[in-house]
Amino acid sequence: MLSRLAGMDAPLAILNTENKKGLALISAPLGYVIAMLAVPLAAILLISFWTQDFQTFDTTPTLNNYREAVTDPLYRELLFRSIRIAGLVTLVTVLLAFPIAYFISFHVAPSRKSLWLFLITIPFWTSYLIRVFLWKVILGFNGVLNSGLQTVGIIDEPLTFILYNANAVVITLAHAFAPFAILPIFVALEKIDRSLLEASQDLGESKLSTFFRVTLPLAMPGVVAAVLIVFIPTIGDYVTPRLVGGPDGLMIANMIQVQFLRLNNAPMGATLAVIAMVSVSLIALLFVALNRRYLRGPR
Amino acid sequence: MTALIDLKNVNKYYGDYHALRDVSLEIAQGEFFSLLGPSGCGKTTLLRTIAGFEDPSDGTLHIAGADMNGVPANARPTNMVFQSYAIFPHLTVAENVGFGLRKSPSSKTDKMKSVEEALEMVGLKGFGGRAAHALSGGQRQRVALARALILKPKVLLLDEPLSALDKKLREQMQSELRRLQRQVGITFILVTHDQEEALIMSDRVAVMFEGEIAQLADPQTLYKRPLSRKVGDFIGVMNFLPAAVRNATAIELDVAGLGPVTIAPDQAPSTAKTGPAEVGIRPEMMSILFEGEPDRETIAEGIIKDRAYYGDMTYYDVHLKNVDQPITISMKNIIGRPVLDIGDTARVSWDARSLVLFSD
Repeated sequence: MLSRLAGMDAPLAILNTENKKGLALISAPLGYVIAMLAVPLAAILLISFWTQDFQTFDTTPTLNNYREAVTDPLYRELLFRSIRIAGLVTLVTVLLAFPIAYFISFHVAPSRKSLWLFLITIPFWTSYLIRVFLWKVILGFNGVLNSGLQTVGIIDEPLTFILYNANAVVITLAHAFAPFAILPIFVALEKIDRSLLEASQDLGESKLSTFFRVTLPLAMPGVVAAVLIVFIPTIGDYVTPRLVGGPDGLMIANMIQVQFLRLNNAPMGATLAVIAMVSVSLIALLFVALNRRYLRGPR
Repeated sequence: MTALIDLKNVNKYYGDYHALRDVSLEIAQGEFFSLLGPSGCGKTTLLRTIAGFEDPSDGTLHIAGADMNGVPANARPTNMVFQSYAIFPHLTVAENVGFGLRKSPSSKTDKMKSVEEALEMVGLKGFGGRAAHALSGGQRQRVALARALILKPKVLLLDEPLSALDKKLREQMQSELRRLQRQVGITFILVTHDQEEALIMSDRVAVMFEGEIAQLADPQTLYKRPLSRKVGDFIGVMNFLPAAVRNATAIELDVAGLGPVTIAPDQAPSTAKTGPAEVGIRPEMMSILFEGEPDRETIAEGIIKDRAYYGDMTYYDVHLKNVDQPITISMKNIIGRPVLDIGDTARVSWDARSLVLFSD
């Protein structure tokens, strides 16, 4: 009887001291996250089932917004374009980031690696908005690139396919997100035991085939992290398409902004936001699952 | 009969650092050869040079008669068991073992069969489907062995393969490696800093210090007749006594604490000359006579300064008369032999045949 009581007391005691301490420690950030993330998300979800009735909301739950969002070709086009552009940005960013991360990890002397990483963060010293504006200056009709190429006589007419379209969005976003892609890939490459690469060569593989059989599979956790880190924020990016995208480069986030602030249709904006969020989540999950299944990525 | 591995005057520099100094070495087909030395002596550099991971700064390396200059590691008839085992963490055990078979022309079923055989050979039958990261240290080592041996290399290179294992497992793997080597008949080159391991396993041992081969001999010669004080000190325990050479041709000397001795030519370096020198003697080559034991011809008097009881053996530190440093004597704890106390007087019996003269 006594021992049973003691046995029941012990976990209760842990609950009382350890859990209280833990709760006390996380209560402040938890409250912040609930107030600034969970509540707004719940509000968006709720509003997406309402309808706008001139100045007020009609709070009868309805799926009309979702029906409209799915059937209207404009919304569909914007969502698919966002996915396409974000996918392209991700592809370009990761493909460009990988060689840089590889170079720093494998060819820079250990004592200089932190210097290189520091250099990579230099773009962050300028605000994101200003960097987007700078790309406008570089890519514009009379911009640095066009006038430079015209001066040296490579082109006669200014290039127009580099600004106010999807290409400009891809270039700008790829540049903005490059450091975010380089760092996780670099960390994954750093973790690879170099004797594995020697073992592969010892077992008859060339340097190139060693890369594909050993280095790349072992770097996949970093690549997956880079893909998610780039893809998720870019699909919802608003500033870059607005400033350099032109009419053809607008994305779903721009439409959400228009719905909320211009058309005064918050429920439709909320619906589009929910659809965008769900799409991103599904794509991200699909990617992680595919990676686990076929590329033997993170375990 | 030419040697399977033939190194001639191999040097290796890392900047100013001279890692290998004029190493010349011949290793025969089927030999179990060890490179023994303290860390930083160049033994691993030498092994990596043979494997093709390091290029010699000068000198030549031939394997099976072929010049290895410019031949990359993946084209050499050598395979390596790495110190960390270098098991691919993203592959299964079977995929690890079959890693080197990709270019082999044999069919998929044949490859799977040879993977199974290789796993069976190292005692891991049925482990093929396991994830590599779920293996214990000993199992990882077996996988590394199977992965290298499946390619039937002319030479298997082992870079301190047992240093990460605990004592019991290490001893078990030592005999298993030896058995495996006899079974497959492949030349093994083992790098180790453990002198006991080198003596147990090898046909021949090259002792290396500071990038140079100090002595190359079979284990018994190495232990009984070290060529230098450094080798004698590194292999096992050796006592050193100051001595004076009176006659360098007949090799007559005076040894501190032991008196005048004459030794055979093979106990002294050919360069021995008259003057001060040193004599080495192993702890088990001397014995302390116990009460009642009859006197022998060669006896030295001493006092026991310290003792260490190991169960099967007792090690005594004995101060001999007229010798500054105490010498170590090991005695087997056989039935009826008492363990002596500190402060007891000791009659130390020795034999001139067990002395080694060093002139360096």
